[in-house]
Amino acid sequence: MEYIDRLPAMDLMRSEKMMLVQLIIPVESAHRAVSYLGELGLLQLRDLNDDKSPFQRTFVNQVKRCAEMSRKLRFIKDQIHKAGLTPSPSPAPQPDIDLEELEIQLEEHEHGLIEMNANSEKLQQTYNELLEFRMVLQKAGDFLLSTGSHVAAQETELAENIHVSDDYVETSSLLEQEMLPGPSNQTGVRFISGIICKSKVLRFERMLFRTTRGNMLFNQAPADDQILDPATNELVEKIVFVVFFSGEQARVKILKICEAFGANCYPVPEDAIKRRQITREVLSHLSDLETTLEAGLRHRDKALISIGFHLAKWMNMVRREKAVYDALNMLNFDVTKKCLVGEGWCPIFAKTKIQEALQRATTDSNSQVGVIFHVMDSVESPPTYFKTNHLTNAYQEIVDAYGVAKYQEANPAVYTIITFPFLFAVMFGDWGHGICLLLGALFLIAREKKLSSQKLGSFMEMLFGGRYVLLLMSLFSIYCGLIYNEFFSVPFHIFGSSAYGCRDTTCSDSRTVGLIKYQDTYPFGVDPSWRGSRSELPFLNSLKMKMSILFGIAQMNLGIMLSYFNARYFGNTLDIKYQFVPQMIFLNSLFGYLSLLIIIKWCSGSQADLYHVMIYMFLSPFEDLGDNKLFWGQSVLQVILLLLAVIAVPWMLFPKPFILKRLHAERFQGRTYAALGTSDIYDDEEPDSARQPHLEEFNFSEVFVHQMIHAIEFVLGAVSNTASYLRLWALSLAHSELSTVFYEKVLLLAWGYDNLVIRLVGLAVFSFATAFILLMMESLSAFLHALRLHWVEFQNKFYSGEGYKFRPFSFAALNDDED
Amino acid sequence: MYGFEALTFNIHGGYLEAIVRGYRSGLLTAADYNNLCQCETLDDIKMHLSATEYGPYLQNEPSPLHTTTIVEKCTLKLVDEYKHMLAQATEPLSTFLEYITYGHMIDNVVLIVTGTLHERDVQELLEKCHPLGMFDSIATLAVAQNMRELYRLVLVDTPLAPYFSECITSEDLDDMNIEIMRNTLYKAYLEDFYRFCQKLGGATAEIMSDLLAFEADRRAVNITINSIGTELTRDDRRKLYSNFGLLYPYGHEELAVCEDIDQVRGAMEKYPPYQSIFSKLSYGESQMLDKAFYEEEVKRLCLAFEQQFHYGVFFAYMRLREQEIRNLMWISECVAQNQKSRVHDSVVFIF
Repeated sequence: MEYIDRLPAMDLMRSEKMMLVQLIIPVESAHRAVSYLGELGLLQLRDLNDDKSPFQRTFVNQVKRCAEMSRKLRFIKDQIHKAGLTPSPSPAPQPDIDLEELEIQLEEHEHGLIEMNANSEKLQQTYNELLEFRMVLQKAGDFLLSTGSHVAAQETELAENIHVSDDYVETSSLLEQEMLPGPSNQTGVRFISGIICKSKVLRFERMLFRTTRGNMLFNQAPADDQILDPATNELVEKIVFVVFFSGEQARVKILKICEAFGANCYPVPEDAIKRRQITREVLSHLSDLETTLEAGLRHRDKALISIGFHLAKWMNMVRREKAVYDALNMLNFDVTKKCLVGEGWCPIFAKTKIQEALQRATTDSNSQVGVIFHVMDSVESPPTYFKTNHLTNAYQEIVDAYGVAKYQEANPAVYTIITFPFLFAVMFGDWGHGICLLLGALFLIAREKKLSSQKLGSFMEMLFGGRYVLLLMSLFSIYCGLIYNEFFSVPFHIFGSSAYGCRDTTCSDSRTVGLIKYQDTYPFGVDPSWRGSRSELPFLNSLKMKMSILFGIAQMNLGIMLSYFNARYFGNTLDIKYQFVPQMIFLNSLFGYLSLLIIIKWCSGSQADLYHVMIYMFLSPFEDLGDNKLFWGQSVLQVILLLLAVIAVPWMLFPKPFILKRLHAERFQGRTYAALGTSDIYDDEEPDSARQPHLEEFNFSEVFVHQMIHAIEFVLGAVSNTASYLRLWALSLAHSELSTVFYEKVLLLAWGYDNLVIRLVGLAVFSFATAFILLMMESLSAFLHALRLHWVEFQNKFYSGEGYKFRPFSFAALNDDED
Repeated sequence: MYGFEALTFNIHGGYLEAIVRGYRSGLLTAADYNNLCQCETLDDIKMHLSATEYGPYLQNEPSPLHTTTIVEKCTLKLVDEYKHMLAQATEPLSTFLEYITYGHMIDNVVLIVTGTLHERDVQELLEKCHPLGMFDSIATLAVAQNMRELYRLVLVDTPLAPYFSECITSEDLDDMNIEIMRNTLYKAYLEDFYRFCQKLGGATAEIMSDLLAFEADRRAVNITINSIGTELTRDDRRKLYSNFGLLYPYGHEELAVCEDIDQVRGAMEKYPPYQSIFSKLSYGESQMLDKAFYEEEVKRLCLAFEQQFHYGVFFAYMRLREQEIRNLMWISECVAQNQKSRVHDSVVFIF
């Protein structure tokens, strides 16, 4: 017993010792103190203003200001992104600026940007209009030419018409905005030309047709260039149209429809010369605008780049400020309004560091009064905090996914680090597949620095997070694969030649009569000669099944042992005597005995039937074992073990609740009015107030039922959990059979043909099946089953998982959270 | 397959039902409303909403906020959710979801037509339209001069076309006509939706018929109250009532002849579910009737979530969200106009 106490402390086994501390911070140094604490990241502040809504808290205005600033920063970032620039931190270190200054600067920048955007948008609009006008002129001109010639053939007063129209156009071109009615005014046919989005053309045409009752001619041609839509910043394809119609009513309606569909109408003179002239004008305007636009854009880009230098830093700064004010909002003002009072949890080892940080804050802010820091008693259970590193973190996550350990409870993650990958490998034992996994894991680990800084997809994120799990899983797979002697299901003679050989040189009867053993047993793993023999499956099944039972019993025993350590650590002798001991006896007298038989059978080479032994141990314990006897005194031992198991059940069921009842009765004996003083009594008896005293009333029936459930669960669980470990055998069998099928029925079959194409196809199918079915799906299923074995079969023996995680106020965690 | 929806519902509807129930749990709670009602400025409201599901939609709004921005962004969220569900839905759920928007479509048509009648700018009107009730050629409505044109030019392409069969007249559009058109359309829409739900059968029919009947009855009461003292004849009024619901047919007869609010009350109090609504009001008062109806509706909509494997939850969710947006609009308006004492007048708590 003393030996256990003298063992060196294991960091990961028990969560860090925590303490509840109170901080009394003078107002003038509060901000600095909290930000130093945030940099340190070892104190979890408790929200003392839980009852207040966010905007009733003290520092709400500052929080709002920070939110506003981060909105501006997001806006700027968005602008930078839209402009196609990448914000890079500036080469030269920037001088620190304080928040007020930053606020003013941001205000200026945002204002400037919005103005520049508005200007360039206006310019862009004009530019777009001119561009569209140019296209309309070009395309519509073509239509008019063709229709014009068509008309020319028909009309006799052609020359006259042109003269008239010439005059008309000249006068109306002065009124630029006026819609130009076509020159064929006299014939009553007029036209409107314009441009519209490609997606709307069909509906537009239909609508026109309906309103004019078919009395119109619709011509369209796709525009040459795409036009930038300033609203969405995307290029839109547009179509130039010309509608011919007659009548004033129709004109009004068509214009309305154009407006409704967002089609821009432009006047096009019918005369070709006039058209050319206008086109020239438009083109010159266009080139002018282009240069202006470009200059504006350059100017904006320059501004954006100069902001981009600071952007990352500013964002970080604002985020921190906001976090600091959020943290300050969790503090309380004391009565004098001169100090802020805060409470929080911190690990004991961090005490000096926190004190140092607070001291630094006091001196840095020239405060008269230092920060008062003292430890408080608490009835609440402290948060659970495990210090993990790269490797252990993933395993701790696996355990936490089931439930966070209670404060100072034995942490299964310690054992999970080895048992998890090992149990996985028992199901995934193939050293070929293991090497593939290993390469993947090594790739992830080698690029750890690069990958951890960038954002990955959800799947890659998961894979990357579990890279060390993957590493150990692959190493163990290689190990188990060597034991199973499977390389993509093919056995190899790595450790010398097989122990078995043919009876004679012809080897004719090897399939019928079998081989004989002519040298020492194969030194490591399964003998390659088993492969393909008729007794391969029975042999491997028996091996793997027994092996799974051994692993299962070992792991469950470990679980029960851990419950002993827990009980011992929390000083709960009752649990040791009436829970741990009978549980050990029950499990080992039945299934521990089975394991013993398995090992004896393996060592002695006996042919005893273990099913028979186990079944008749219950059915007729006094009967002679006959051929199935493995060692001397077995029948007597069996009877004793059976008796022990039978005794263990009531042992774990009855004494504990009754003893608890008696203890309770003793404690309150003679105290009829105990209720008043309850809290005092408990405080005296349990100075360690971090553990919650049972203030609730003792309810015997509830305790008894609870104990009954617990006992029944354990007794039934002993059987069902042992059976559950057989999944190790089943999955391992499935894995090896699947890979055999892919190897023999795909690869070898294809190789049998003397045709390159078939061979290549076979190879391709084989490698895809290996990669996707075996490496991905099978490994996932093995992972899940290993997970279940840990969460259910192992952890239910000792782990309650009802704690809550330690979440310190830390800037480092902040940066991970966002973006 | 009445009663056996549970067997097959989840094949197509399970995912979306889960989604919609998830959305529902994002609705603001009474605690949220309490906090919102204590807000002093619109910024406070924004700050409070940023802790709810509206957060991402409001966080990039620059600081001098307006009520319209808040409402617009909140509606945007509803529209996004609706579009997500519609994109995932298969028949007949997609049709069901589309039916939900027809009401908004009718409102939008009426809004645009009334607006053009009063010579408002079309773009300005379009901005006021509910985004759920938008259809492609909605802007073209401005071209139409009378009902016939309205139908022939624009609405024949929309799902509303069949509802128009009853109100195609060559009369020029005026305020009265438009209002009658709205109610006729709504009547046809409700009846069609009702038939559609009956066709779906099962729990959907059961729950939706209850919800739609309530809607129809509420409209009947509103039509009655609004038409008191107008030139609308009793027969015309009678024609605007939907041909189903708790009031159909005898209640309609009584409502059709009502001349003042107390007669309406008398007619309605014969129906137990409405008795409780009217008993909250004092005689001669119709101001609070809307709120009372809304409260009753919210209660019924919430009950729709109590049963599984039916489409009523989608309808209920959309309605609840709309109610929530109405609440937010009211609260924001009260805060913006410094009328905090009136905040509770029109807010309907959802839970």
